[in-house]
Amino acid sequence: MIRIVKRTDVSKIKAARIRILAVVLALFTSGIFILLLRHNPLAVYSAMLQGSFGSAYRFKETIIKTIPLVITSLGIMVAFKMKFWNIGAEGQIFMGAFAASFFALQFPDLPKPLLLCLMMAAGIVGGGLWALIPAFFKAQFGTNETIFTLMMNYIALKWITYLQYGLWKDPDALGFAKIPNFSDNAILPKLFDIHIGWIFAFILIVIMHIFMHHTKKGYEITVIGESEDTARYAGMNVKKVVLTAMFISGGICGLTGMIEASAVSGTLSVEVSSGYGFTAIITTWLSGLKAPFILVVSFLFAVLLQGGSFIQTAFQIPQAAAQILQGMILFFVLGSEFFIQYKILPRQNGVEMTAEKEGK
Amino acid sequence: MNASFFAAAIVAGTPLLFATLGEIITERVGQLNLGVEGMMLMGAVVGFQVGLATSNPFLALLGAMAAGAFGALIYAFLTVSLRANQVVSGLTLTIFGTGFSSFMGKSLIGEIMPENIRTFWKADIPILRDIPFIGKVFFQQDLFVYLGYITAIALGIYLYRTRAGLNVRAVGESAPAADSSGIHVVLYKYVHILMGGALCGLGGAYLSLVYVPAWQENVTAGRGWIAVALVIFVVWSPYKALIGAYLFGGLDILGFRLQGYNIKISQYIIDMLPYIATILVLVVGSIRHSKENAPPKGLGVPYFREER
Repeated sequence: MIRIVKRTDVSKIKAARIRILAVVLALFTSGIFILLLRHNPLAVYSAMLQGSFGSAYRFKETIIKTIPLVITSLGIMVAFKMKFWNIGAEGQIFMGAFAASFFALQFPDLPKPLLLCLMMAAGIVGGGLWALIPAFFKAQFGTNETIFTLMMNYIALKWITYLQYGLWKDPDALGFAKIPNFSDNAILPKLFDIHIGWIFAFILIVIMHIFMHHTKKGYEITVIGESEDTARYAGMNVKKVVLTAMFISGGICGLTGMIEASAVSGTLSVEVSSGYGFTAIITTWLSGLKAPFILVVSFLFAVLLQGGSFIQTAFQIPQAAAQILQGMILFFVLGSEFFIQYKILPRQNGVEMTAEKEGK
Repeated sequence: MNASFFAAAIVAGTPLLFATLGEIITERVGQLNLGVEGMMLMGAVVGFQVGLATSNPFLALLGAMAAGAFGALIYAFLTVSLRANQVVSGLTLTIFGTGFSSFMGKSLIGEIMPENIRTFWKADIPILRDIPFIGKVFFQQDLFVYLGYITAIALGIYLYRTRAGLNVRAVGESAPAADSSGIHVVLYKYVHILMGGALCGLGGAYLSLVYVPAWQENVTAGRGWIAVALVIFVVWSPYKALIGAYLFGGLDILGFRLQGYNIKISQYIIDMLPYIATILVLVVGSIRHSKENAPPKGLGVPYFREER
């Protein structure tokens, strides 16, 4: 028989080693899966790497996919820190993009800096307000936020679909259902050939790291996540903090929407979020809710995404393979936490204590 | 609103019913599995694949149930044995299942179910079918629909009238207490999580085998999540799940029906209805807190024997 004992003696290096091993095992298991589909897993993996690093263009694409993942993950991090399961990033991205697009389409001739600032503010407010709705009901009645935020995703998607196929449809697009392209003034400028969203991402990482660790609000959010009762006992206004935090969380996701609409698609469409809202849930969790790690994990997942779209053209392997890989990696890392927190000992009567001491 | 509308509501509600029942039995052992959408999609794609390959409806059903149960097994292993976070594990299962189904389904796009499977399910129930109105709504349906009635009632009897059902509820209310009274908590959790997964797989299979019946990517369109919300709405009761699921089935087809009446609302706005209704259900459910309507006390609470 075996016995499971909580352990507290795991060093950071050892924990990291266990997590990396988990990722390797995930790649190995997925490799078997790929093998069953009669493809060579090594060839597929190396093609994925080629697809994301193989040329200057592909590398640029990888960075362009990293940006929304980083920013969205930072937004989700705030909610998750509070143990508020915000699954609604996808919808918040949509609504941020919608609000930003409103200004881009209504005032195409405003001076560029002014218009872009307006769009950014609109994006943040749009995403923030969309997140505030479930937050209000959670704070007021304890309504389950997981399903609420998820339903908000579908509603947002239907709303954008309605705009694209109805209200905002471009009459000049010859019956093709699309919203008119933004004017040049509404497009984010580039720096080093990549839109300046990457600068926003870097700045936000620093800001959010400071916010979570060195401000009162950030501290309150963390305490509520640990225990709401403790927070209340300490005299915090839990409702207010929940609402503020969710506005920030949704607002950051909304900013992603603005960036994607402006710099990547050049207009609003149902593809503007490209599933980043869901992938970012994984990257946030894998980064252990720490802003600096979000950068690393998001980059790795952007490699997966970019590589995934490359193998579709190179091997005719569906892009969804990347999604399976993402799920697999998260399964293994989730499972590996067990081996970081516990150790398994053989059950031996009497000699247990000494065995444990020797183990340390 | 005529009998044909209600009959169609029952059909549209049936995948929701299976998924809701699956999540009820899972939550009754204290496990919150948010992977319903993923398990439904896995069931939908495997059921379709098997149906296409074998032209055998029973094998298709078995395949769908096995696929759902397989997804549930991953979740069970992670949350029960490896003590991983239930919310994140369930979400991951949905992401994995969605990827799995669109991956497997890539080669199925455009395929249509063979005739013998599509028509296999249709069956009226003699005598009952002739009751005016009720007969047309409830008893001129397909086998899946009848299986839905039976499963709901059987699950109700199991939960409230049998020894094992009592144990299930005990585990869900308090795993430590159940453990000390000699119930094998881990076994109970595993068995019922897997049962739940199989039911979700069935719900997905209904969509791809009978409801659509051609392969369509993301065929569930959020029904798995609606089912998770319905569990709260029907207060973890298999009997009430019948009402909840068919009510939402009605909402699902309402938009389609309204088009016939020349109502000037965009289809896309009407399509929002089931999701908005789900939110209303959640909010109403959270406002009317009462003792008998409470979730299983141990829901989402991890249980580690060693940390008692």
